[in-house]
Amino acid sequence: MSALPLNEKPYSREWLLSEQPTSRHQARLGRAYVIWRRFSANRLALAGLGIIVLLILVAIFADVLAPHNPVQGDLRNARLLPPGTAGYLLGTDDQGRDILSRLIHGSRLTLFVVVLVAIIAAPVGLIIGTVSGYAGGWIDAVLMRITDIFLAFPKLVLALALVAALGPGIENAVLAIAVTSWPPYARIARAETMTFRNSEFISAVKLMGASPFRIILRHVMPLCLSSLIVRVTLDMAGIILTAAGLGFLGLGAQPPLPEWGAMIASGRRFILDQWWVAAMPGAAILIVSLGFNLLGDGLRDALDPKEAGQ
Amino acid sequence: MTLTDTTAVTRRKRRRASSFGMAVARFVVTVVTTFFGLLAVTFFIGRVVPIDPALAIVGDRAPAHVVERVREELGLNLPLYQQFWIYIKQALTGDFGISVLTTNPVMTDIARVFPATIELATIGTIIGALIGVPLGVLAAVKRGSIADQIVRVIGLIGYSVPIFWLGLLALVLFYAKLGWVAYPGRIDIVYEYTFTPATGFFLFDAIWQRQWDVAWDLFRHIILPGGLLGYFSLAYISRMTRSFMLNELQQEYIVAARAKGLSETRIIWFHALRNAAVPLVTVIALSYAGLLEGSVLTETIFSWPGLGLYITNSLQNADMNAVLGGTIVIGAVFVAINILSDLLYRTLDPRTRSR
Repeated sequence: MSALPLNEKPYSREWLLSEQPTSRHQARLGRAYVIWRRFSANRLALAGLGIIVLLILVAIFADVLAPHNPVQGDLRNARLLPPGTAGYLLGTDDQGRDILSRLIHGSRLTLFVVVLVAIIAAPVGLIIGTVSGYAGGWIDAVLMRITDIFLAFPKLVLALALVAALGPGIENAVLAIAVTSWPPYARIARAETMTFRNSEFISAVKLMGASPFRIILRHVMPLCLSSLIVRVTLDMAGIILTAAGLGFLGLGAQPPLPEWGAMIASGRRFILDQWWVAAMPGAAILIVSLGFNLLGDGLRDALDPKEAGQ
Repeated sequence: MTLTDTTAVTRRKRRRASSFGMAVARFVVTVVTTFFGLLAVTFFIGRVVPIDPALAIVGDRAPAHVVERVREELGLNLPLYQQFWIYIKQALTGDFGISVLTTNPVMTDIARVFPATIELATIGTIIGALIGVPLGVLAAVKRGSIADQIVRVIGLIGYSVPIFWLGLLALVLFYAKLGWVAYPGRIDIVYEYTFTPATGFFLFDAIWQRQWDVAWDLFRHIILPGGLLGYFSLAYISRMTRSFMLNELQQEYIVAARAKGLSETRIIWFHALRNAAVPLVTVIALSYAGLLEGSVLTETIFSWPGLGLYITNSLQNADMNAVLGGTIVIGAVFVAINILSDLLYRTLDPRTRSR
């Protein structure tokens, strides 16, 4: 214990970067600090993080931020006003609703979809992948065949067919996207599991009498998390685009909900003269999915320096 | 060489021969189970998920005896495993039922509309590869430069933009404002009755028949949706090309070629790109498969009479037979392209041959 240099105050830079952490807490914080340093050196990644933080804040404070009612418009005075009109920064749609307010409230739906899909699909993929990779043998063969079958379907088309059967609606859209999203996660979790299933620390835990269930849950899954998080973040843009596509086809959120894809669909009729009705929600989708892509790229580079710049 | 060594060699040889047989067997099993799985999933979506598929067809206001008759016609009173068996037998003969919307067999409809989608996706892939590969090479060679950044941003936007939105904006700009391209659709109404295509691929037919005015009209129709899909495949292809090229440019044979005094152009375009081309074939094939999917939304925007528009139109009319038939066909083509690109990769890359 005498090796501890006295000048390392807790939570200082030196303490965090110490080669010999004295506690698990210090080691974890130190690792997080290194990753953050690598991540924050990447300006584009920071921009992506900024966009996502902004999205979350807008969604939380939507009621305060939105200047108008997102669902009920002023049909008499405010139909199809161009952007920049006093009080309507981004213009209004055919029902006299303020587009900015609808976008602000729509951010909640976007987050709802993204978070829910991640919550459903990521654990499913994680469980299937780790079990498959750890168990091996016929369990692995069967689970991976099932994964491959779902991987063989084009995502959007399978989601379309599912929503067609389930009926349109935002919950069903979430379910359909989740069903199409888990296979890559299972593949990644399996690949990660395979790399350390025969390593010594697993054997050690096994010798101590841990059940396979405990090994997978406590020792395998945590190690798969970082690559899974990167993949999920990178997928978020795709999830948003699929959800918007379903919304555009009228299969996602139903009117009058201010879902961005559905807003583009309703603006389609006026695209030639009142372009802003369709253009604004599309720009919002573009910005948010760009944010997720930048964030995901940055996370991948920070967590896995091997692949940086490739 | 001792006796044990030679037996080891023969054993290894035998194992290699049997491993080839195993590989073929595994390949066949993979293909069969995947197609089986495709059918199982669509069966599940069509028959199990809806509470009552018969009701879904006749509507909830139909009298009870009609519902009962439809149920019997569909075989819904049979146990589920028998239904599945019948479903598979029908699907293997290309029978996906009758489309409620067009009253044709779904397979006939698909055979009619699919060439349009293939044509669109092919044009898209050609555009994507012709522009994407050089951009990726440029980005890799000038790594970290402005050019690299620009290529990266082009790719990132391609990954992030909703295709239907970009399509709408492109229509406004290039059709409505500038008048450079033709209105949504595949062919001008004037030519629709005078032009008799021999195959479903109109552009190819028009050029084959030397009908240049028709070809020009077809070109003006396909360039916008094709260019849009091309942009999406470009985003993917350029990114992967850059990555493969960076990998190749670090190899020792590049140093050797430089030492030999070859020109940089020759090294990049003949030596490095030739080696990067092997995985690139897979990437281009995958992006082609991706465009078949991307065509669903693009065709909706551009009224392109292909499989994507067929599926979305059927969706709006709750025509499940048509939706699922289209899903199976796209899924099957997807799988087929994956298998083909895998085989192509093996034949192109000598390193994978004798393993």
